[in-house]
Amino acid sequence: MSHARTVLLPPALAVLFAALLCGVALVISGDNPFTALAVMVTQVGQGTTAVDIVNSAAVYYIAALAAAVGFQMKLFNIGIEGQYRLAACVAAIVGGAVALPPGLHALLILVVGALVGAGWAGIAALLKAYRGVSEVISTIMLNFVATGLIAFLISTDAFGTLRGNNISTRPIAPSGRIPGIPFGGAGTIFGLIFLAIALGVGYWFLLARTRFGFDLKASGESPTAAAAGGVNARHMVIIALLISGAVAGLVGLPEVLGRDLAYTLTSPTGYGFTGIAIALLGRNHPVGIAFGAVLWAFLDKSALALDNVGVPREIVLIMQGSVGLSVVVAYESARRYELAAEQRRVAAQLRASAGAQAEAAT
Amino acid sequence: MTAVAERTTPPAPPRRRRLPRWARPVVVLVVGIALLSLTTTLTRQYQLTSSGTAQAAVRLLLPILLAGLGGLWSERAGVVNIGLEGMMILGTWGAAWAGYQWGPWAAMLGGIVFGALGGLLHAVATVTFTVNHIVSGVAITLLGLGVTKYLATLVFLPVSQNPRESPRVPGFREFSIPGLSDAAAAVESQQRVVLSDIAGLLGGLVTNLTALVVIGIALVPLSYYLLWRTRFGLRLRSCGENPVAAESLGVDVYRYKYIGVVVSGALAGLGGAALVLNPGQLGYLEGQTGGRGYIGLAAMIFGNWAPAGLLAGSALFGYVDGLQLRAGGQAVHALLYTATLLAVVVALYWVARRRWVPAVVAAVAGALVYALYFAIDTVPREFAAYAPQLVTLVVLAVPSQRLRPPAADGEEYRRGEGD
Repeated sequence: MSHARTVLLPPALAVLFAALLCGVALVISGDNPFTALAVMVTQVGQGTTAVDIVNSAAVYYIAALAAAVGFQMKLFNIGIEGQYRLAACVAAIVGGAVALPPGLHALLILVVGALVGAGWAGIAALLKAYRGVSEVISTIMLNFVATGLIAFLISTDAFGTLRGNNISTRPIAPSGRIPGIPFGGAGTIFGLIFLAIALGVGYWFLLARTRFGFDLKASGESPTAAAAGGVNARHMVIIALLISGAVAGLVGLPEVLGRDLAYTLTSPTGYGFTGIAIALLGRNHPVGIAFGAVLWAFLDKSALALDNVGVPREIVLIMQGSVGLSVVVAYESARRYELAAEQRRVAAQLRASAGAQAEAAT
Repeated sequence: MTAVAERTTPPAPPRRRRLPRWARPVVVLVVGIALLSLTTTLTRQYQLTSSGTAQAAVRLLLPILLAGLGGLWSERAGVVNIGLEGMMILGTWGAAWAGYQWGPWAAMLGGIVFGALGGLLHAVATVTFTVNHIVSGVAITLLGLGVTKYLATLVFLPVSQNPRESPRVPGFREFSIPGLSDAAAAVESQQRVVLSDIAGLLGGLVTNLTALVVIGIALVPLSYYLLWRTRFGLRLRSCGENPVAAESLGVDVYRYKYIGVVVSGALAGLGGAALVLNPGQLGYLEGQTGGRGYIGLAAMIFGNWAPAGLLAGSALFGYVDGLQLRAGGQAVHALLYTATLLAVVVALYWVARRRWVPAVVAAVAGALVYALYFAIDTVPREFAAYAPQLVTLVVLAVPSQRLRPPAADGEEYRRGEGD
């Protein structure tokens, strides 16, 4: 019961609160919140929406795992955005340049993506470990630099080719494609959804079953205690950020390998920030993050459906932002409530035992 | 035992007298102008010290400066404010909405009010609910972006037919300081070696100013006075250094933290208004903040949580941004040359102090930058646009270990739970 109260109730309340807030915003702007809700629910069954939600959720899930690895150690890798975009871009360039048998080709692209992501995060890791630069600031700056680097890499002067009105990397040969799970008219689920699941299991195993995971959590909870236990804080910072970056490097690849087979100037952005919000929503727990990812993807797709019935699609952004903020407030309140309850219980026990002793003494 | 004995040796004799405090910025300024002037002469990149670049720098440093001041107020009260970017975005909308209807002064007020609302939200989350400051800041940035897009679609779309842009906002009247501005322009046009460079840079600072520029610059000494020279400021800073001690002296820590964070949001919002009232744009444009809230925060860290350092940091970023906007890759390329010269100066400084390791590091860094300068003809356009962010990264990496943030910055504080 108490488990349900502290783990399930806060996010439920947060979603409810955010929905209420958006309802009020809709009423003020002259729309009917109930029609909006009905549209959001019914859209799931239409066309490829359900499959699109699953695909988006898989991408968000990987991004959120990347954020969660850092959060375990109270490291804020805001740079997932830059890491995944640069990794997808470089991986697509490499994938388009080589010819390998199927399987090996895709594997190479995945490895390149992970390495580039880790390398880009590694800059922030070294700055943090050896120069004490806050990873928050350095990764934000690296996001901007990555944008410039990508624009340069896929320009026609470097590795890009002009396709129609869009600049993109050279197309990856079909041998690099990762086949999906076809659902006929309802669309195709990315094959790399299994990568997302595997990463989730790996994340759980790493944290719950390995010495490294324990050190990671210990460093986050109490750096002094971890140091006393023989954990090298500097190495932990570097390794945690490298893992986070490597996972981030995989975020863009389901779309590159399962759908686009190239990285283009108009490839989607923003997954990194979404990942951070979802990691908070799911409280860094692999299952919680999965629910968060599906919820976020569902809200994303609702934007289109809402637009079709004349409701401003930006209401979804407000909903996502307020879910993110209210969920952390809700978790924090629940934590404090539990703490107070615990203190009351201990105090009551102490009083009882002290009373018993006093009686025994008289 | 020996370790204990070693530790109790008398403190080292006081080091050589350092420069008086007022002299340091002067030295930095003189060295900076000398290096730029040398680069201009040697590379013939006259945009490096033109009055146009200095003017652009002033306009671009203003939003960064205001965001940085926002960060200062909040972090001095002990609350890390990574949500400055979101508050700035809210400020741009508020400024454009009030500005296109009632003019530039209303735009300023609109920016301040909307930024302050964002700050209030951050204060509620971090002070009242003790949410992690960075988590709340990231969430507020996301929320600010969403609310702004929603409101822009709702309000601007019917007027400007474009959800990403507001109608044109009337700007402030521009004025130049009479006499000074013309004299500087006259000297600059003669193209004499060092004189024209100084005249160009200084001339740009006194030409085509707006009321907002004057107010923004005046907020730096004002913030210093309020935070360091008044009873109110002492109390606010004590909340950032040691809230438990402040509480024991009867300071209402929550109230001061709220004030710090709300003022922080208001300043960030004013920074958003400065973007909207920028003579080059004059209106709301989606994505126009471009991470300046974060750069402001970096400028504040670079400035060691103090107003004067913050001004120097913002001036650096504003200058690089102005330069790349006006002169593009060629001028940024010339900056690499300046960086090489700077590395040489730093190396010589360490040699003079007989510190060999930093001297070698500086020399190697200089050699690498010069190799880069030699290898390429121009910095690619795509890169040049992000020169300010690159400079931020490099600049943060250099002095970071000598910085001292407020002692309780970013820490959770609950009333009555001190130990």
